Amino acid sequence: MAKNIRLGLGALVGMLLLRNLYIILFNLPDEMEQGPVYRIFYYHLPAFFAAILCYITALVASSMYLIKKNLRYDAIAMSATEVGLAFAAVNLITGMIWGRISWGIWWAWDARLTWALICWLVYFGYLMLRQAIDDPTERAKNSAVLSIFAFVSVAITYKAIEWWRTQHPGPVLSIRTGKQLIDPVMENMLYMNFLALATLAVLMVIIRLNQEEMQRQIDGLRRRAHAI
Amino acid sequence: MDDRNIQFMFWGLATAWGLLAIYVVMLAAREGRLKKQLDSLKRMIEEKQ
Repeated sequence: MAKNIRLGLGALVGMLLLRNLYIILFNLPDEMEQGPVYRIFYYHLPAFFAAILCYITALVASSMYLIKKNLRYDAIAMSATEVGLAFAAVNLITGMIWGRISWGIWWAWDARLTWALICWLVYFGYLMLRQAIDDPTERAKNSAVLSIFAFVSVAITYKAIEWWRTQHPGPVLSIRTGKQLIDPVMENMLYMNFLALATLAVLMVIIRLNQEEMQRQIDGLRRRAHAI
Repeated sequence: MDDRNIQFMFWGLATAWGLLAIYVVMLAAREGRLKKQLDSLKRMIEEKQ
């Protein structure tokens, strides 16, 4: 049953991603000033929001772990963080490729880019910390605390383009600015690709969570095998 | 339009798809490895018992 749900969700995500790619490449016009390269935004922005979604999940699950002391919440936090890192990497690298053609440089140490990198490194550190602690309860407690503190970097990254003058473009989405700064057709496509990437992120978290469950079974069986 | 503009668009989209594809492959490989470990441990315990 669970496997069928995963397969169904996978097929849905695959179709949605291919449909979006076709529209992005062949139906939408080039942007007047940037030309075709602006299409990178259809992955750069949704990947950022998919990563934020994962980090929020990790924050909530980590908080729940500290309240309930249930290792299931720790597994959710870890799975969401790992998937969030993959999407944040897509955001960072696609941004660099766009920056090279638009700004003439691969990287600028402005507030938004720097905080996005710090955010990625902090969450990568979270995964490294988990590798360093053997005791599951101790690992879960320390990781949960780090995950909650790490979320500060997500909030700063999100607000950086409002708080500081950055080379990175300011907010453009109408849900954030209250104004229609980009063509509604282009904005709708951003939301559609966010839907596709967010569904992919959910699927990846479910798969990763299932793997954590398998790992726990393996650890239990190993202890049993030693005891026999 | 500058040819580099189209090239960079291609590399941008390829990177987005490529990174996610790499992560999916890593997930699938980990799943296969875990399944193998789980099966062999179950077999070992059955044999010991």
